[in-house]
Amino acid sequence: MQDNGNRVELLKKMLLSRTFDEKVNDLYAEGKVHGTAHFYVGQESVAIGAIAALREGDVITSTHRGHGHAIAFGLDVDRMAAELLGQATGYCHGKGGSMHIADVRAGMLGANGIVGGSMGIACGAGWAFKHRGQDHAVLCFFGEGAANEGIFHESLNLAAIWKLPVVFLCENNQYGMSMSVKKATAVENISDRATAYGMPGVTVSGAELDEVHDAAAEALERARAGEGPTLLEAITYRYLGHSKSDANLYRTREEIAMWRKRDPIQRFAVKLEEEGLLKEEEWRTLEEQSKRRIEEAFEKAQNQPDPKPESALEDVYA
Amino acid sequence: MPSSASREITYREAVREAMVGAMRNDPEVFLMGEDVGVYGGAFGVSRGMVEEFGEDRVVDTPISEAGYVGLCTGAALMGMRPIAELQFSDFITHCMDQLVNQAAKIRYMFGGEGSVPMVVRTPGGAGTGAAAQHSQSLEAWFVHVPGLKVVMPSTPYDAKGLLLSAIDDQNTVLFYEHKLLYNRKEEVPDEPYRVPIGEARVSREGEDVTIATAGLMHHYALEAADALSGKGVEAEVVDLRTLSPMDHGSIARSVEKTGRLVVVEEDVKTAGWGAEVISRIVEGESFYALDRAPARVAAADVPIPYNRSLETYIRPTPEKVVDAVQSLLDARVGVYA
Repeated sequence: MQDNGNRVELLKKMLLSRTFDEKVNDLYAEGKVHGTAHFYVGQESVAIGAIAALREGDVITSTHRGHGHAIAFGLDVDRMAAELLGQATGYCHGKGGSMHIADVRAGMLGANGIVGGSMGIACGAGWAFKHRGQDHAVLCFFGEGAANEGIFHESLNLAAIWKLPVVFLCENNQYGMSMSVKKATAVENISDRATAYGMPGVTVSGAELDEVHDAAAEALERARAGEGPTLLEAITYRYLGHSKSDANLYRTREEIAMWRKRDPIQRFAVKLEEEGLLKEEEWRTLEEQSKRRIEEAFEKAQNQPDPKPESALEDVYA
Repeated sequence: MPSSASREITYREAVREAMVGAMRNDPEVFLMGEDVGVYGGAFGVSRGMVEEFGEDRVVDTPISEAGYVGLCTGAALMGMRPIAELQFSDFITHCMDQLVNQAAKIRYMFGGEGSVPMVVRTPGGAGTGAAAQHSQSLEAWFVHVPGLKVVMPSTPYDAKGLLLSAIDDQNTVLFYEHKLLYNRKEEVPDEPYRVPIGEARVSREGEDVTIATAGLMHHYALEAADALSGKGVEAEVVDLRTLSPMDHGSIARSVEKTGRLVVVEEDVKTAGWGAEVISRIVEGESFYALDRAPARVAAADVPIPYNRSLETYIRPTPEKVVDAVQSLLDARVGVYA
């Protein structure tokens, strides 16, 4: 798969994503952020692994739990931090917040506050590539909760009949807020549903960055070759609550601890050590660098001016 | 109005002509909807288009309104110019999330960094015996959503010109047609032209009362105005043409001239867009020009019934407009007279 230098970069991105969300979680706890956010902690290998398989010109659609997708795609943590703090220098100039971070020009077509909300949009991006004769692909992130929304069905069907270059990547993190996937669906894997649309369905361990990467690379290749969409499912887990209001009443500490033991970042770090790409002391340095970078981003963001109140009336229409 | 190079065509043909013109001009424009291909659309609006543009640009979809309106939203975000057709405007309920939470808000949520230049065309309205799920006028819902534009042309000329403007527009435009307007004929220029979104038109001048209206109701208002003229009342008719953004200025100018306002709308009266027309007048300076309380002619607050006489009973008709204007004129003169 990726070249060695790149593999260390992937580890750095996972660390950056985790540190970003842990910092945001702290700021919420301290009451320093107005609004809400959903944390990606525990799922980093999915976004970073899959997005590493993208090529120039490919695009992604994201979800309400999108910080990791944005960081993996290369968005600037300074502007992300500024957006979380509602500043004019943020990606959405303070109008979107955590759930709407986007960089359309770069190909990050937006986080989305509606579960399943970006699945139709992903098909449209795929439609545009196909119509324009471009061999780009769309990576559409969604959670297992979205797999029970009507738009999941309609989007997968349209993508399949028109062979749109879309990879539907289901991040099965086990819970739709408090609803366990085991209670919410009667099939064993979300990817089993692919058969119903006439597309391949693949389930991988989301904790293994390489597994996610390789499955995504294959699905993306298929998409670019005009062979149509794939339903890819990554089994993963969110360590933190659904959002800042979550008291974790629907799951046990033991369960969370069990998943934490299979931590995707730790696993990848150990793998890199085994491959001789990383030494233990380097790992500490990487962690510190990541913390510094995120501290710096939020410090900068805190010193930005608030947007002008009257800017609230702008950007409704083009 | 019509130039030398014009001929009489139907409203249906005018809509088609706008789409065909835009598609010939720009390869990024496409039409997508149920049965829009060889079938020609449920009301025949796209007849013949797939033969010219092929199935990749005149795209038959499965019965999947949320899916394809969502797809069109994404294609528009990527810079394409999709036109989505919904067979009946009632089916818009299937794609509310795509329209209201996605298309309408993407630009704002992203701080102006992105736009959704999509047109959603759909026939609304009653009078066809299609009952409660194929006859509604739900356009006020979308007037209530910042980020969407809502147009409702009443004539073939406006249908062509407004549709071309809607396709050019960088925003999502809901384009309300009417089943009972499709066969209406008028002189329409061959050449492409634009009718600006957000501008009302005074289609009949008069001194005694302003009738503000849109869509099929515009024709009912004109019929009523003719009947009233025979009784010595000259109504000024304002065809709003666009419901959002609404041309409050044109309505106000007319009301300041006539001192009386009747709104004729096909949707149900409660929280209909007519309430907005009147509110803007009474909360502004034009209030002082009124010498009567404004009135509304709208559908009764019931679902649309099937039986013809039941349907007629609850809908606005030209006769009801005449009655409303006469009662308004007969009413006790207000304190500002």
